[in-house]
Parts: sequence; structure tokens; C-alpha cells
Amino acid sequence: MLELRNVSYRYAGATRASLREVSLQLHDGEVMGLVGASEAGKTTTCLVASGLAPRAVGGRMLGALLVDGVDVTNEPMHVLAGSIGIAFQSPATQLSGVAATVYEEVAFGAMNLGMPRTEVIARTESALDALRIASLAEREPSRLSGGQMQLVALAGLLAMGPRHLLLDEPTAQLDPVGTRLVADAIQRLAAAGTSILVAEQKTDLLRDLASRVVAIHAGRVALEGPAVEVLADPRLVELGVAAPAAARLERLARERGLDPAPLLEAARS
Amino acid sequence: MIGGLVGPLALVVVGILFPAAIAGMLPRLLRTTLLLSLPIAISALLVNLFFFPGGQTVLFRLGPITATAEGAALALEILVRILAIAGAVTLFYLTTDPRDLTLDLERRGVSSRVAFVANASVQTVPAMLERANTITAAQRARGLDTEGSFLRRLRGIVPIVGPTIIGSISDVEERTMALEARGFTRPGRRTLLWSPADSPAQAIARWALVLVVPALIAARVAGLLG
Repeated sequence: MLELRNVSYRYAGATRASLREVSLQLHDGEVMGLVGASEAGKTTTCLVASGLAPRAVGGRMLGALLVDGVDVTNEPMHVLAGSIGIAFQSPATQLSGVAATVYEEVAFGAMNLGMPRTEVIARTESALDALRIASLAEREPSRLSGGQMQLVALAGLLAMGPRHLLLDEPTAQLDPVGTRLVADAIQRLAAAGTSILVAEQKTDLLRDLASRVVAIHAGRVALEGPAVEVLADPRLVELGVAAPAAARLERLARERGLDPAPLLEAARS
Repeated sequence: MIGGLVGPLALVVVGILFPAAIAGMLPRLLRTTLLLSLPIAISALLVNLFFFPGGQTVLFRLGPITATAEGAALALEILVRILAIAGAVTLFYLTTDPRDLTLDLERRGVSSRVAFVANASVQTVPAMLERANTITAAQRARGLDTEGSFLRRLRGIVPIVGPTIIGSISDVEERTMALEARGFTRPGRRTLLWSPADSPAQAIARWALVLVVPALIAARVAGLLG
């Protein structure tokens, strides 16, 4: 389990905290959605939970980051890298920029951790298979589509064997096909036992993926609970988050005295 | 005495043209070397041919300036040296993949960070060019004039250079975090998956260079090469 315990965080030079007393628990094999308006604190939550803030980003953090109940707040980044992975919005900037092939790109993180060569190879091939991109292994990473690049970035994280993945708007720059590829990959990783926090504006996607959703507002947890309940909560709109189309349809049907079930069924088909 | 023209010429033939021919790169090498050295070669030729201070033997006159045989001889020597330098750089560029180079350096104990910086610098150039092209297209779509007179082009550069550099810096920040998250800052050596191909002949050639280059320098310093 990955846990943020009562975490407050302020960026260097900022006059106010970007996160205030945030507590989250991400359980093994769980997909948790993180929603909120722009600058609500989604990216900061991912950075703090990954350990990058304050280590690489600077700033000041109060509270604790725990992995399986062990306080890792003061562990160096390369130690956390083996258990916590993070992916960002832009697929291109996550690539190392020095790998000639997708295979080398996926192996990059495992190579950095100094694993034995045979293990690096086994993990790389396993990650390529898990994300169903083995056919891209010999391709040049910079020539892939955005969706393919994001899958390569995810595979690179997976090869490092993290038990917790933090995905900061991983589909923000992707078309519907790329979004679907990433969503399928997230589901497969969760089924394999990886816990995943997905910060995402696309609430329709989260409705399909997440079992729990946390809504964050002005650096504080505003709503938290099962995905179906939080995403249907009318307060979500007040927090600057668009409710999923299905939730809007259901609400409109009820307001007009209609049974939403057949409408939702028709929308799904 | 093999100094003057003969030494550099021998170096060009033995050290550059011959290896380039073996590598099947001779036509490309000649083309690139000539293009690379042409501007400086022309200026060196003109300056030495017409303005060599100790020139006595007149070859021909062009108005107030005189071409001398001594100037022509020196210009020829300088041209061969320029060709040697440009040819060596070109041969290295044509036959060595930067990734192979940095990987081999890392294998031989150079810090992975140094190897990464060297490699990433080379790989960043195409990405920056692509970004600059995208920004140019976007700015032109918004009415920026990047054609016409020199001054007009100069004015057009500013709105392109700014976003290109700022965007690249922003990318670097995110890329740095991605590298940290992928364990790049871990102390100690990383695992390397493969080594660049290295034949016995290449190893012999490297060791020969290790012996020959200091010997040539020593001979030169001792005045044996003229």
C-alpha cells in the first residue's frame, strides 16, 4: 500500500501551500482516480506520492510518505524508483532521448537500477508483452505516435517492477485510440496487482477504470469514495470537474421523471 | 625530412582516405570534407597567395596585388592541413554512431551521466529543430513574416527563438524528473545490455594510433619531420 499521511507541500518560492493535510491510501491492485480543476493539486499529489517532490522539485513537505507502512519520506529517489513509478502528460519528454530502439528505451530504467543483465532482459520482454507492444521493440522511440510513446513510457516503468504507479493525466495528449490503448494497459497492470493512481480530467475514462475516486480542490481532499458515487456527486461540478456523460444523463433523466436504466443501456450499446 | 607538404599529405592519404575507402565512405567523405573546408580554404588561399610577406617570385599580378610562388607554396601547405583536420572530423562523424561511442566510453568506466549528456546533446538537436519548425509554422499562420529582406527575417527570428528555447527548457525539467523516477541518479554502475562490435583489426588500429601519434609528436618536437 502507498500512503500519503497528512501531507502538506509548498513549492519553493510559493506563498501558499499547494497541498494541505492530504491523506490518501492506495491499495495493492487498486485503480484510484484523482480529479480536480486545473491547479487544484493533482500533479503535486503525484509528485509528492512519487517522491519527486521535494527531492527533485525542491520545496517543503510536511507529513509522511509510506510504502507498506514503512516511512520512506527521507529515502533517496533511486531507492523509491524501484517501488514507485510515475508517468507524466507529455509522452515525448518521458523518453530517455538516448535509446535507439523501443527495446532499449524500455530497458533503460532497469539498467539504471543495476539489475543483472539477464533480469533486465527478462523484465524488458515481460513489460513489452504486458503492454502488447513487443512488435514495436525494434522501432525508433521518437518516431512513434503519442499513444505508442505513452505505452513505451509505461512499459519502461513496468520493467523497473514498481508496485505502485502514478499516472499524471496520461491520456491528456492522446487521441481516442491512444487513450483506449493506455486505458487497456492500466486495466491489465491493475489486474496483475499493481496499484495505480490516475490523475485525469476525463471522468468518463475514470468511470470505466477506477474503483475509487478522490476529488481535490485547492490542495485539499474534497470528496473521496467509490468511483460511481463520487463521479455522480453533484458537488463535483462545483469543484470544476465535468461529470461523466453517463452521470449527467442519469441526473437529467431523473429530473424529468424518467427511468435512467434503459437510456444508459442504450447509450452503452 | 617529410615536413611541409608531404607530411600532412601522407596523413590525409594514409590516415583518412585509406580508412574511408575501406569503410566504403570515400565519396561521402570527399564531398563532406570539401564542403566543410571550402570557406576557410578559399580565404587561406587568397590571403597567402596574394599577401605573403616574404614573397619574392612573382607568379602574376591582379591590379595592385601580386601572387607569389612562396605564398602559393604556403597556401598549399595550409590547404592540406585544413583537409587533414576536416577529413579527420568527417571520417569520425561518418563512421561512428554517437550512441556506440558513449556506450563504449561508459563500458570503459566513464560516468553514465557524462555519457548521457554527450549522447543526449546530439539527440536533442533534431528535436529542437522539429520544435523550431512547428513554432515557425504556427507563427507564420498568425501573420509573422519570416521571408523577404534580411532585416525582416531578423525581426521574424525573435518570436521563434523565444518559444523554442523556453519550450526546450520546460521539456528539460520534465525529462529530468522522468530520469530521476527511472533511477538514473542511482550511484554505481548501470547494467549495459550490449557492446559495440569491435574486431581485432580495430583494436590493432587503435593501439597503433596510441603508439604512432606520440611518436610523430616526439619526432616533430625533435625536429626530425622538418
